[in-house]
Amino acid sequence: MDNTLFETFKARAEAVSAEVHRFPTRRTALDFVLELFRAQAVQDAPQGALWAGGSFLEGFGKEELGTPGLSFDVTRQAAAGAKVGVSQMDWAIADTGTLVQDAARVDLRLVSTLPPIHVALVGTSRILADLPSLFRRLHPDQTGCISLITGPSRTADIERVLTIGVHGPERLVIVFVDELGKEAA
Amino acid sequence: MKPAFRASVNLALNNANLTGALGRFSEAYRTGRAKAYEGIDFEAVRARIAQAKSAAAAHLDELAEGFKAKAEARGAVVFRASDPAQVRAYILALAKARGVTRIVKSKSMASEEIHLNAHLEAGGMEVAETDLGEWILQLDHQTPSHMVMPAIHMTKEEVADVFSGKVEPGQTPDIPRLVKFARGRLRTKFLEAELGITGANIAVAETGSLVIVTNEGNARLVTTLPKIHVAIVGIEKLVEQFEDIQPILTALPRSATGQLLTSYVSILTGVTPNTDGSPKELHIILMDNQRTAMAKDPKFKQALQCIRCASCLNVCPVFRLVGGHVFGKTYTGGIGTILTAWFDELKQAEDIQSLCIQCGNCKVVCPGKIDIPELILELRRRLAVEQGQPVLQKAIFAVVNNRRVFHAMLRAASVTQKPFAKNGFIRHLPLFLSGLTEFRSLPAIAAVPFRDRFKQIRQPPCKEKAAFYSGCLIDFSYPEMGEAVVKVLNKAGVEVVYPEGQTCCGAPARYSGAYEVAARNAQDNIEALLEADVQYVVSACPTCTVALKQDFIATFESLGMTGRLDDARKLAAKAMDFSTLVKQLVDQGRLTFKEGKELERFTYHDSCHLKRTLDASKAPRELLQKAGYELQEMTECDMCCGMGGSYSLKLPEISAPILERKLGNIKATGAPLAVMDCPGCVMQIRGGFDQDGAAVRVEHTAQKLAERLE
Repeated sequence: MDNTLFETFKARAEAVSAEVHRFPTRRTALDFVLELFRAQAVQDAPQGALWAGGSFLEGFGKEELGTPGLSFDVTRQAAAGAKVGVSQMDWAIADTGTLVQDAARVDLRLVSTLPPIHVALVGTSRILADLPSLFRRLHPDQTGCISLITGPSRTADIERVLTIGVHGPERLVIVFVDELGKEAA
Repeated sequence: MKPAFRASVNLALNNANLTGALGRFSEAYRTGRAKAYEGIDFEAVRARIAQAKSAAAAHLDELAEGFKAKAEARGAVVFRASDPAQVRAYILALAKARGVTRIVKSKSMASEEIHLNAHLEAGGMEVAETDLGEWILQLDHQTPSHMVMPAIHMTKEEVADVFSGKVEPGQTPDIPRLVKFARGRLRTKFLEAELGITGANIAVAETGSLVIVTNEGNARLVTTLPKIHVAIVGIEKLVEQFEDIQPILTALPRSATGQLLTSYVSILTGVTPNTDGSPKELHIILMDNQRTAMAKDPKFKQALQCIRCASCLNVCPVFRLVGGHVFGKTYTGGIGTILTAWFDELKQAEDIQSLCIQCGNCKVVCPGKIDIPELILELRRRLAVEQGQPVLQKAIFAVVNNRRVFHAMLRAASVTQKPFAKNGFIRHLPLFLSGLTEFRSLPAIAAVPFRDRFKQIRQPPCKEKAAFYSGCLIDFSYPEMGEAVVKVLNKAGVEVVYPEGQTCCGAPARYSGAYEVAARNAQDNIEALLEADVQYVVSACPTCTVALKQDFIATFESLGMTGRLDDARKLAAKAMDFSTLVKQLVDQGRLTFKEGKELERFTYHDSCHLKRTLDASKAPRELLQKAGYELQEMTECDMCCGMGGSYSLKLPEISAPILERKLGNIKATGAPLAVMDCPGCVMQIRGGFDQDGAAVRVEHTAQKLAERLE
């Protein structure tokens, strides 16, 4: 893994108000996410945390994931009330600090649009240099919805004052996991 | 110009909120844009965009059919519509058929273009704009003043008042709170709506994909939550291949807001699942509304290369003073003037086209490589052909058209001006002319024009010859500049000849759309200047130089006068601006300046045509520094001074505040001397300082160099 790609990504993403973390294993990353749930005092629905499934979760059972307020049953209603949404990203682009997802699955879109906090999990080895590198790997023939996310939702529509979190998440917490997604990179 | 239009301009000019917000933004934009493009080859990116978009514009019908086939294969319904009424009817019928009552929209200029909301509301629909700026405007029954930042003309106090009055009383002018309030209110609308409407930034024929770019995330909600999605896409948004979106995604956010990428980019292809698992109903409307006609016009087809970044608004010295509302209801600024002329009708652009001062800033930053100033001139020309010129203008050009009468009148004016002229300036004019001298004094007309003074100059024997093209200002107001040119060139061994048959360069006529007059001027000048047996034709006025090098050819081409082109090209090959020629002579070792002494500081003003058409911003700076002056750069050194030839006479209310900013930037350097290469800029800026009273001297480069010859 080329560390400069990660460093570039981190700098670019932080410049647009995203939070960037990195962990060696899925286990340590999961601990971080669960701690974030506790800090946000997530409770059972409608004030819960909503996790749209992905390969990150493979092998984790009730023991690791049985936290109050966390649900994997992503519905429109649950997402509208949730405090935190979690989903896994397919790629990251260092050049612009962007996350990329095949978001044809509607649950993936719900957890990253409606809750005020979006936790985005991504394998560190999935960082690409730039947009052209991405489009060599991901094409509309493969999926009906490609989502590129660069920082949290923002507006400058009133007096050009930058304000974070208008319609989408006001916090974008990006969690890189070194051992995630290596096989497909 | 219609009085109502002039009134709207004056209203905007006196709106301190508007001019303040736009002024601050335009300054920040310059820096933000430059930073966003760091490490990017802008010329290469825009060449790719122009190539992809112009290729698409040449095959609109083919691409639209290709897009339709692809998108329908992926489950979308594609409706091709030629005019706005069809689009409005289609959407309303669809909504009614599906029992829709509530609609959410993300920002779409195409929907603004066809005034969709009013139609849907009249049909019983509740329509909510969800882009924050658009929502504010919708609540207050206003239209967008900027394509990217629709409510930039409003203050937070005004927004709080709108929210209090139209949504819920008690809102305070605290921006984060106002944004939160909007989030809460619009969230309910997103969740309740049965139908979502978006535009699209790009449509890809190869894959049937729509690319939608937003920062707020509202387009993601509009396309995810309601079960029906309608996208309205102007067919100029089509590109052939998926890879064509790369350069557009590189340029659009950088040019629009100085971002590397917007917060959200969605690439949607065909039907995706709804939140209840059912397939989404996706309708894509490919709207023509004059775009095919535009594509067939040899001049205006390039306007379809626009990616709607609005950078032409952001760099425009006029837009930042008057904002968008004076342009009409939908598209604003330079490109907006052109689009309005086509999407509405040519007549609609009659007044707004006159706002363009032809400084060329927009052409330099346009990611679609559109020559916006040239297209606005073409509008002017067509308007003049269609409606005739204003009577006064016609009378003036009738005079300019006849060299002898024109020159005789100028000579007569040097006598009749006497009651008003003092120390070389005219500071007040009576009656309806008084507006011309309120903000800057005009130069008095010289008692002896350059063409007569020239005969008195004794020149040394030289091995080369140059013909001097003085232009009207040097000839009749600033003959001393012409004398300086002769002095400098003589020193380098170049004899100057002055062809007597030369007349006005035709720029005033051309820039007013009176191309026949400009062509007559061009013919007279070409004849006079080619007759002389010389190595160079030199002018100390950049606008005149551009006429000699480019405009004569362009005017003949526009009028189909192909027989004149050979001679025009011969002249163009010989023509040079003063500083570029002198720099060449210095580099050849034929001219040196006095050395040793450190002279005063100067600041350099880049004249529009010298910088952006002739690309000669370095030569004068290097020459003046070689001559011993110390350069102190000003802020926005290459921003127009507000002169724009006859512009300052037609729209003095706009010319004045542009000049005021220029004077401020010059004074802020603390330099006692401002130098420039254009006698028109000297006239404007020197006249401005005469009224302002600041002790800044304003000089032409030729004069400062002539003082420093060995």
